[in-house]
Amino acid sequence: MSTTTIPTGVKWWNGGRSPFNASYGKVMMWYFLMSDAFTFGAFLISYGTIRFSQNVWTDANKVFDSAPFIHGGAPLFFVSIMTFILIASSVTMVLAVHEGHKMNRKGVEKFMIMTIIGGLLFLGCQAWEWTHLLTGEHFALAANGGLEGLNTSVIHNPWGQALSSTELSSALAQTSPEVLKNMILSHDHSAVLTGLSADQLLEKVNEAVAAGHLHVTHPGPIAFGGYFFGITGFHGFHVFSGVIINLIMYIKTKLGHFDQRGHYEMIEKAGLYWHFVDLVWVFVFLCFYLI
Amino acid sequence: MSEQAVASPEISYVNHDTGGTKRLWQVFWILSFVTIVELIMGFGLAKHWYGDPIKNHGFILFIKGAICILSLAKAYYIVGVFMHLGSELRNFRMTIVVTLVLFVWFIIAFLSDGNSWKNMRNTRGHSMPDETEQVAPAAKAADTKE
Repeated sequence: MSTTTIPTGVKWWNGGRSPFNASYGKVMMWYFLMSDAFTFGAFLISYGTIRFSQNVWTDANKVFDSAPFIHGGAPLFFVSIMTFILIASSVTMVLAVHEGHKMNRKGVEKFMIMTIIGGLLFLGCQAWEWTHLLTGEHFALAANGGLEGLNTSVIHNPWGQALSSTELSSALAQTSPEVLKNMILSHDHSAVLTGLSADQLLEKVNEAVAAGHLHVTHPGPIAFGGYFFGITGFHGFHVFSGVIINLIMYIKTKLGHFDQRGHYEMIEKAGLYWHFVDLVWVFVFLCFYLI
Repeated sequence: MSEQAVASPEISYVNHDTGGTKRLWQVFWILSFVTIVELIMGFGLAKHWYGDPIKNHGFILFIKGAICILSLAKAYYIVGVFMHLGSELRNFRMTIVVTLVLFVWFIIAFLSDGNSWKNMRNTRGHSMPDETEQVAPAAKAADTKE
């Protein structure tokens, strides 16, 4: 990539020059990101350890199969949008760095704004996904032998193995009519259920299960929610702080601070952080959604 | 090409390109293409294209491994081109890349630890034969309440 060739015979370690040919700030940003990579790595590997220690793990394709206006049946769709938003914002970021090298203030401003918008879009998607998991109810076998509606959170996980047909019929027999009503309403919001007897409710639930509208399962490993919300939350916090940093860089560009300084290296350092956020997402996407 | 700015007097030469953006867009298309391939392979896992998960366990593991390798390729392009690590001095590059090699040990050690934990639990500390594959879902449920 470099247009200038490395000067030969330079004594890098004789003092007076940076032995890495990079400023202190940039070198330290790299080492901070390296330590951050170990933090994220520790989280993801810990998730892997617990996942490897379980006989049954939650199938991500059942949990993350919805998007705004799509109620289930679309695994990987929403998360692929989130992934492309981050890749696109990474490109606009590197283009801002490029314009900075050319000392083109207008160009830097344009691409920084695009990067900030990309970051905000990603955060919006993540907020939707969290809300969807925390407010959506799914039905799993309860301790009393009946079924109960659970959200997906750090204390509940309704995404275990599917019940066999005998397990399902015995569980339904012990489920209260209130829960049966909620089960029908969870997939058919406009169902009219007043005046239906318990047997009629049961029949409707059985139909919905047979048609594949309702997934009735054993409870799944609770660690799933803790790891999912913990790691995507930590990543989301990085995206949030990246947006704030980019916003500050945009304002400083607009005020002409970097033109006065004679270089746009701050954009480059903010860019390193932003690309790192994209890099981490590659692995979060891999561990939670793909495999 | 306008004049190139140097951030501090300690820097001996400018190591960034102020020419075209062709390489950057090329990497964007590579990342997008690899992501689409990953999505197709992952979608196959969701839709059981690779057959019965227990019988074809080995093949599914192979698909998952391939997806992991594609993700590493994406990481290589992001770090090497977008973060310009590829145009830094070799000494500097090595202080970062060599340190990250620790992850190799880290992953192998902890995943095998998790796996052995599972085997110990299933076999009551190796005093019982391993019957993981034969256990009915109802009996397994007790294990999942971790």
